[in-house]
Amino acid sequence: MKINRIILLVTVMASLVVLNSCKPKGPGSVTTGDAASKVYVAPGQYDEFYNVVSGGFNGQISIYGIPSGRLFKILPVFSVFPESGYGFSEETKPMLNTSHGFVPWDDLHHIALSTTKGEHDGRWAFANANNTPRVARVDMTTFRTTEILEIPNSGGNHSSPFITENTEYLVAGTRFSIPMGDNVDVPISSYKENFKGSISFIKVNPETGRMNIEFQLRTPGFNYDLSRAGKGPSHGWFFFSCYNTEQAYTLLEVNASRNDKDFIMAVNWKKAEEYLAQGKGKKEKVKYAHNVYDETTHMATSSILNEVTVLDVMEFPDLVYFIPCPKSPHGCDVDPTGEYIVGSGKLAAVMPVFSFSKFQTAIANNDYEGDFDGIPVIKYESALHGEVKKPGLGPLHTEFDANGNAYTSFFVSSEIVKWNVKTLEVLDRVPTYYSIGHLSVPGGPTAKPHGKYVIAYNKITKDRYLPTGPELTQSAQLYSIEGDKMQLLLDFPTTGEPHYAEAIPASLIRDKSVKIYPIEHNEHPYAAKGEKMARVERNGKEVHVYMTAIRSHLTPDNIEGVRVGDEVYFHVTNLEQDWDVPHGFAIKGANNAEILIMPGETQTLKWTAKEVGVVPFYCTDFCSALHQEMSGYVRVSPAGSNTPLKFSTGDTGGQK
Amino acid sequence: MKKLKTSTRIIIAIASLAMISAYYVPLWQILMWAPQYPEGLEMKIWINDISGDVKIISALNHYIGMKHIEVSMFPEFGYMIYIVGALIGVGLLTSLINRRFMLITFASLIVASGIAALVDFYLWGYDYGHNLDPTAPIVVPGMAYQPPVIGTKQLLNFTAFSGPDVGGWIFLVIGIAIIGVLGLEIFKYGKSTR
Repeated sequence: MKINRIILLVTVMASLVVLNSCKPKGPGSVTTGDAASKVYVAPGQYDEFYNVVSGGFNGQISIYGIPSGRLFKILPVFSVFPESGYGFSEETKPMLNTSHGFVPWDDLHHIALSTTKGEHDGRWAFANANNTPRVARVDMTTFRTTEILEIPNSGGNHSSPFITENTEYLVAGTRFSIPMGDNVDVPISSYKENFKGSISFIKVNPETGRMNIEFQLRTPGFNYDLSRAGKGPSHGWFFFSCYNTEQAYTLLEVNASRNDKDFIMAVNWKKAEEYLAQGKGKKEKVKYAHNVYDETTHMATSSILNEVTVLDVMEFPDLVYFIPCPKSPHGCDVDPTGEYIVGSGKLAAVMPVFSFSKFQTAIANNDYEGDFDGIPVIKYESALHGEVKKPGLGPLHTEFDANGNAYTSFFVSSEIVKWNVKTLEVLDRVPTYYSIGHLSVPGGPTAKPHGKYVIAYNKITKDRYLPTGPELTQSAQLYSIEGDKMQLLLDFPTTGEPHYAEAIPASLIRDKSVKIYPIEHNEHPYAAKGEKMARVERNGKEVHVYMTAIRSHLTPDNIEGVRVGDEVYFHVTNLEQDWDVPHGFAIKGANNAEILIMPGETQTLKWTAKEVGVVPFYCTDFCSALHQEMSGYVRVSPAGSNTPLKFSTGDTGGQK
Repeated sequence: MKKLKTSTRIIIAIASLAMISAYYVPLWQILMWAPQYPEGLEMKIWINDISGDVKIISALNHYIGMKHIEVSMFPEFGYMIYIVGALIGVGLLTSLINRRFMLITFASLIVASGIAALVDFYLWGYDYGHNLDPTAPIVVPGMAYQPPVIGTKQLLNFTAFSGPDVGGWIFLVIGIAIIGVLGLEIFKYGKSTR
């Protein structure tokens, strides 16, 4: 009896232990043997790729090295940035001007690197502001935002800034449809009647990169999500994923998820150009800002523009076609050959791959299943190359390698799935940590992918790093795609919340990188291009200090005669012509910020003298052995006093 | 009057004409490296100019009280073009006149110019490295910053190298060639032509 009980007890305990060991294990560490050597970039060596990564809600772009995952730079675009004074200095404030005034912080989602003949050319990076609709251009020689263009007639610029194969155009498709034109004070419930979509085609000057809105398409009112241009045989077409074809205006998570299929909108932009040339476009009065940074005056200017040309797609039956695509598609990605278009229905169980040539045949044969607001809807099967069966849950975005394979991110099942574009066969899947959004293969959206890696940009971080309170860093993973099986190599933290990113071979950018601004080309109106030109001038209540900075002194460093209430502009010119010798400038009590000045550049900090006293200022960038000595004083006298305006450096004649 | 071999005359003519290169290529170079200048800094000395990272070198050297390097510091730039011109003239004349004493004169002038140039460079370097501003931010007691005439020297955080540049090497080859043919004329052909 007793023995039986003991046996029973032992059996129960043993089965508990066995049961416990059957519990599924967490992700833990799943890299294999040689991962470390594949991502190790030895001291003094360089990464193979630049990774240009959107910052999401921080409104910036971050630059990482691949394969090391090291962060090199945060590059401000749509947000002010304390490090460089972007958006704080008088010169850069106009960059963030809009028709709504100064917008200090936006939401940056997508990157497009410029291409020539469908291949990366390393000239510019474009990015979108999702909230207050804008696109920006970044110069890849200076890694600086040099142009920002606001998009009128847009309710949020999500479907942007995707580009054509020779960077002829970049697009800006509205995420939210809104009432447009003269009658905008309408009930929200009149969505179907009054709300419209809008797609802007922004022309890029092939020499200067300068952007202008060439035309806008007025489209049916629903949500436009992502986009890709055709290439090769499909060059001349643009594809947009559309959701909320239900035209819901409330509780979209339910009301915009009813239709079995939404659309991919195919736009024949060459046709649009023809209609435009025939004068079919209508001019509309709008208001939008165009901001340009000049690298010789070191200054941005913002101008307000008042007109766009609009083509209403309902009036031109051969301009736009809808291809049905299952359940609220997000990604809409064109493969390197330009023949296949992958739709990623966020809520769909299959992934359709459309064939451009079949789509063309369907148009030729009028193979339509009906129309939407007068726009032909192609028969699903007629444009379909095939479906990827049981790919995973929640497909979002697809990129490609050079060998005919596609890599799709799955948010819900938190994985990357590799599949063959032609055969539609699933080849491999790897988990991501956790819930991947976009992914990036170097050159993945181009006609000539560089391959080698796929990078996952995840939406959830949880336990991947040491915790830092409720707000965690973002999580990215690097996988090798060189073998048949994808191999996890590296976790690396990212800033903001990366959405889309592109990776480009360092060789296309590295040697073009600017080291200094030649001082002889500095045409800033307040530049002091030598210490002899340093001075202080009063103009009513404005005091302009033409200041120079060179290791290790500021000129002038003693200023007297400033009075309470004066607006003092410190125009600091960095006289250095040596690589990596920036100087900074800060003055006590500045309500604005600090500035950082690159060699040969002039930047301006505005400071209001509020109290009587002697106020120190100094260089904030540790520039040299005598950096701590690089400082000075401003004497502020009472308003209306007669302290003479004086300035000097190194003058000890009057010492008391 | 001893005459010269035709081959000697040709070599003298070529050597003289080769000196024209001095007007088109740098003669001397000073290279500097420091921990924070892994890419290095260079200064090139031409027949009448200096080029390279002169401003950066001057900006760094002001910490230890060295003078700003300016073209006006070097009166040599005013007359070096004439000295080299005269050397070329003497060389061509030697080839034409075809007399051994002219070759001896020419060779002596070349050697003398070379020695004079190095002495001059040493004297400039001595002054530049020793004649320091007493109010300089960094004063290292007993330290002088004279650059090496030829070779490498450590000066605080900088490793400095001084040596001939393209033009300097051409001059060296010319010098060796002229002394070489002079030697042949005296010790070999000299006997046989008698």
